[in-house]
Amino acid sequence: MAVVETHRPGDIKPGRPRARSRSLAAASGIGRFLVIVVLTYLGLLAVTFFIGRVIPVDPVLAIVGDRAPTHVVERTREELGLNKPLIEQFAIYVRNVLTGDLGTSVLTSNRVIDDIRRVFPATLELATLGTLIGAVFGIPLGVLAAVKRDSLVDQIVRVIGLVGYSVPIFWLGLMALLVFYARLGWTDGPGRFDIIYEYTITPVTGILLLDTAMAGEWDAFRNVAGHLILPSALLGYFSLAYISRMTRSFMLNELGQEYIVAARAKGISESRVIWRHALRNAAVPLVTVIVLSYAGLLEGSVLTESVFAWPGLGLYITNSLQNADMNAVLGGTIVVGSVFIGLNLLSDLLYRFLDPRTKRR
Amino acid sequence: MTDMAQPQHWRAWLLSDRPASRRQARLGRAYAGWQRFTTNKLAMVGLAIVLGLVLVAAFANVIAPYSPVEGGDLRTERLLPPSAAHLFGTDDQARDIFSRVVYGSRITLFVVVLVAIIAAPIGLVVGTVAGYAGGYLDAILMRITDIFLAFPKLILALAFVAALGPGIENAVIAIAITSWPPYARIARAETLTIRSSEYISAVKLMGASPWRIVLRHIMPLCVSSLIIRVTLDMAGIILTAAGLGFLGLGAQPPLPEWGAMIASGRRFVLDQWWVAAAPGAAIFIVSLGFNLLGDGLRDTLDPKASDQ
Repeated sequence: MAVVETHRPGDIKPGRPRARSRSLAAASGIGRFLVIVVLTYLGLLAVTFFIGRVIPVDPVLAIVGDRAPTHVVERTREELGLNKPLIEQFAIYVRNVLTGDLGTSVLTSNRVIDDIRRVFPATLELATLGTLIGAVFGIPLGVLAAVKRDSLVDQIVRVIGLVGYSVPIFWLGLMALLVFYARLGWTDGPGRFDIIYEYTITPVTGILLLDTAMAGEWDAFRNVAGHLILPSALLGYFSLAYISRMTRSFMLNELGQEYIVAARAKGISESRVIWRHALRNAAVPLVTVIVLSYAGLLEGSVLTESVFAWPGLGLYITNSLQNADMNAVLGGTIVVGSVFIGLNLLSDLLYRFLDPRTKRR
Repeated sequence: MTDMAQPQHWRAWLLSDRPASRRQARLGRAYAGWQRFTTNKLAMVGLAIVLGLVLVAAFANVIAPYSPVEGGDLRTERLLPPSAAHLFGTDDQARDIFSRVVYGSRITLFVVVLVAIIAAPIGLVVGTVAGYAGGYLDAILMRITDIFLAFPKLILALAFVAALGPGIENAVIAIAITSWPPYARIARAETLTIRSSEYISAVKLMGASPWRIVLRHIMPLCVSSLIIRVTLDMAGIILTAAGLGFLGLGAQPPLPEWGAMIASGRRFVLDQWWVAAAPGAAIFIVSLGFNLLGDGLRDTLDPKASDQ
C-alpha cells in the first residue's frame, strides 16, 4: 500500500498539473496506472482465493471425506497450510500464483499450469481469427452505416447488432453445426481436425494453422482450416456485431466535427474525407474496442468450445467444472482474468500512444 | 378527473401547462414520455415481447397443454417431431417441449427480476455513497468497483457457481455479484452532478443528515438512468443464466430452464433438431424484446445518449 501513497499526490491536486515537468507527469501517470493494474490483479487473486478457500465450508473435508479420522484431518490441514491465519494463507497463495503454481488438477493429475499451457493455443487461434473476421468486416460495415445513415446498410448493421446482443452463442453454434455441417456438408464438424490426423500433426506453436503450414502438410492444413471455419465465423459474428456498432457510433461522432466540413470545403474527395480523415480519428477509440472484443471472445470461448468440442481453455474449464476440479477451474479463471487485465492495460496504453493529444501536453 | 369519459378533457388535463397538483404534473410528464415512447415502433415491439413474457409466465398453467416435468409414454412418445398434438415436438423423456418452454418463462423471469433487485440496489448504494461522501471512501469504493469491472463476468460467475454448487439460486447470486459494478458507476456519476446543486445545499441547511440526503434526495434521481441500464442489461442476464444452465450449473433437471433444455437437446441436434431449437428461439426472442425495450427507454428518457 505504500506504493499507493507515493502516487496519490498526482490525483489529489488535479488542478496544478502544469507545475510539474512533463516527464514527471508522464511518469506518475504510468506509475498510477501500474498501481491500478497491481491492485486489480490482487483483487482478482483475492476473489479466486475467496472462492476456493473461504466459500467451501471446509476444504479439508472436501479432500479427505467426512469419514476420515481426526489425525488425518489435522495432518491434511497442516499440509495445506489451512491452520494459518487467512491473511498469511492469502500471501502464500499470491506467491504461488506469481511463481506459476496453480496447484494440481485432480482430473488430469498434471500441474494446472502445464494443462493450461497445452490447451491455451487452441483458444488463442480461435479468438484471434474471430477478432480478425470481426474487424475486417465490421469496420467497413460500420463506416458505411454511419456515412449512409438510415440506408439499407445502416439497417443491416442495426439488425446484426441486435441479433448479436440477443442470441445465445451456444445455441447459434449448435444450429450452425446442424445446418452447415450436418445438412449442407459445407464445413467440417466439431473438434480441431479429423481423427486420422491425430498423430500426424506435431504441435510446435499449438496454433495448428501455423504448425501444419510450416510442416508443409497441406492436407492437414486444409482439414484444420475446415474445422476452424464454423467456430471462428461464429465468434467473428459476435465480434462483428460489437465492432460495427461501435464504428458507426464513432464515425457519426467524427463526421459531425468541423474539420470534416473544412476538409470538404477544401474540395477533398468524399471517399478521402471518410476513409483518411474521419476514420483515422475514429481509429483511436476503435483500437480499444477491438482489443476489448478480443478479450470478450476469449471469455465467450467457454460456451463456444463446449459446443464445438474445441480442446481449448474454455472446454478445459467446463470439463473441470463438471468434475468439481476446483484447482483447474480457479487456475483457468486466473489465466482468463490475467489476460483480461492485460488486454485492458494494453488498450489503455494503445490509447495513450495513438492519441497525439495525450503526448502534446 | 371527473371528465374521464371524454378523452379530449383528460388529455388536456394531462398535458396542461399549469398543473394544479404535483400528481397532475407527474402524470402529465409520464403521459408525454409515453407518447414519445409509442412513436418508436421497435420499442413497442420490445414492450409487447416483455409483456408477453410476463403474461405467459403468469398463465403458464393455463397455456401449457401438458405437464412440464412429467413425460408421456416413453415407448411411443419420445422425440416426436412438431405436430398439432405437440406444437414443438417432444424431448427424450417424452415431455411436451411447448409446455416446457412455456413454464421455462417463469424461471427466466424469476432470474431476471431477482438479479435486478439484488444488483441494482447494491450498485445504487455503492455509487451514491461513494459520490456523495467523496475522499477516501469514494476512492476505495470505486477501486473495488473497477476491480470487479475488469473481471471476465461469465468466467467469474462460473467459478462462483462452481464453489457454491449448481442451482438456480446460486446462479442468481453469481450473476448479481458480477453485474452490479456498472450500476455503481452510473449512480456515482449522477450523484456527482446532483450533489453540488442548490437544493442539496438547501436540504443541508435544514439540517438533514448525510444518510437522509443520499436516501431521500439523491437516490430517487438516480433511479431513471439506472432503470434504463438494468433493462439494457436484462438480455445479458438472460444469456448468462442460459449459459450457466447450458453448462449444467444453473437450474437443475427436471426444471424446464431454457439453457438446460438446449444442453439436453444437443445430443439429438443432428436428427431431432426441434429439441434444442425451440428453447433457444425463446431465449433469443425474449432477449431481443429486452434489448428493443431498453433502446426505446433510453431514447425516451435519456435523449442525449440515444445516438449510438
